[in-house]
Amino acid sequence: MSLQATTSQTVGPFFKIGFEWLYRDSLAAEGVSGTRVTIQGRVLDGDGIPVSDAMLEIWQANAHGKYAHPEDTQDKPLEPGFKGYGRVPTSADGRFRFATIKPGRVAGPDGNPQAPHLLVAVFMRGMLRRLVTRIYFPDEPGNAADLILNLVEPARRSTLIAKNTAGDPGTLEWNVVLQGADETVFFDLGL
Amino acid sequence: MKRVAAYRAPYPGTQPNHLHPPYVSSIKRAPTRPPVPIPYTLSELTGPSFEPEIVAPKASDLTRQHSAEPLGERIIVSGRVLDENNRPLANTLVEIWQANAAGRYLHAVDQHDAPLDPNFTGCGQAVTDAEGSYRFVTIRPGEYPWRNHYNAWRPAHIHFSLFGPAFATRLVTQMYFPGDPLIPFDPIFNCTADEKARNRLISSFDWETTMPGLALGYRFNVILRGRDATPMEE
Repeated sequence: MSLQATTSQTVGPFFKIGFEWLYRDSLAAEGVSGTRVTIQGRVLDGDGIPVSDAMLEIWQANAHGKYAHPEDTQDKPLEPGFKGYGRVPTSADGRFRFATIKPGRVAGPDGNPQAPHLLVAVFMRGMLRRLVTRIYFPDEPGNAADLILNLVEPARRSTLIAKNTAGDPGTLEWNVVLQGADETVFFDLGL
Repeated sequence: MKRVAAYRAPYPGTQPNHLHPPYVSSIKRAPTRPPVPIPYTLSELTGPSFEPEIVAPKASDLTRQHSAEPLGERIIVSGRVLDENNRPLANTLVEIWQANAAGRYLHAVDQHDAPLDPNFTGCGQAVTDAEGSYRFVTIRPGEYPWRNHYNAWRPAHIHFSLFGPAFATRLVTQMYFPGDPLIPFDPIFNCTADEKARNRLISSFDWETTMPGLALGYRFNVILRGRDATPMEE
């Protein structure tokens, strides 16, 4: 017997009531190995107006490139104190910020390692289905050969790569631009 | 490429497009470029999991979170979480949130002129059991006006958020109540083209879970995406 997946609906403007208990803006406990990094940015709508009622969910591997999930059978260690999940809302001025560690490289379906990346799902009022995108890291030699980045037209790849911030080496900037010339690349996973 | 059993693409029309102009908030927020199709990698096939202990036993009873009971009609909302292959999804986190009986959310942005209820927060969590079943005790949420168009009213609904086994299975949806006269006029309900698919968002009244003298029962099953039976050559 085959069923059909339930229809997605918007989170609406009041999701804080349901989601706040699990807000996690710090993904890696003390002692977790890996390079510490803070990622911050804004969510902007088609008029460039900051979106104050969005929520981002993050999913990532640990510094060894291993996901805390049974489907990951790579022979790499797990990290106690690191599950790889984050959930952050945007503030009144559309800003979000979370602290984590830079993930290692995870095997890709072509047998080559993927460049370090975070998966991001974006929810907000007005969004009937979540948006799915990725954050890659600047100055990362693996980006050039990354299977997924190479499926994106070259002119738009930069929307997926976080930028260094001047004078703050531990902080990266990455924005979600919903429409326009700098529109972020979103991925089609079917849903 | 390595053989990977992908998650099935939705049947045409059973999931909303990002742009649905009758829902005005989608106009400036829906991306204008088509999403880039990508193959499944370990990143999308894995996903967050949670220890059942993070959910307090009381978290599934929204009528017992304060010193007294909330006002409104007490209801039981229960159902199963299955995948498209009809397999129960055990041990998955279900989060809900909703308005109170007067149609008011406990949220700073909600300015609807209806009373807050000091005994109702409107937030609950549960973890599915081995059969994929969940159960909440709550009160029936009220309908409320919103500013989408002239004389716009949202039908009574409860927001549902589910994870499932992978990043790819994550779903946020809304459950509606049978017989609600506002449903056919709601642009959010109507955002899905396929009539049968959107009607599955309407729960069914259920005698079996109705508790005599206490609460009416409503059933709402949630189907998360299933995987192809056979691995696909990428």
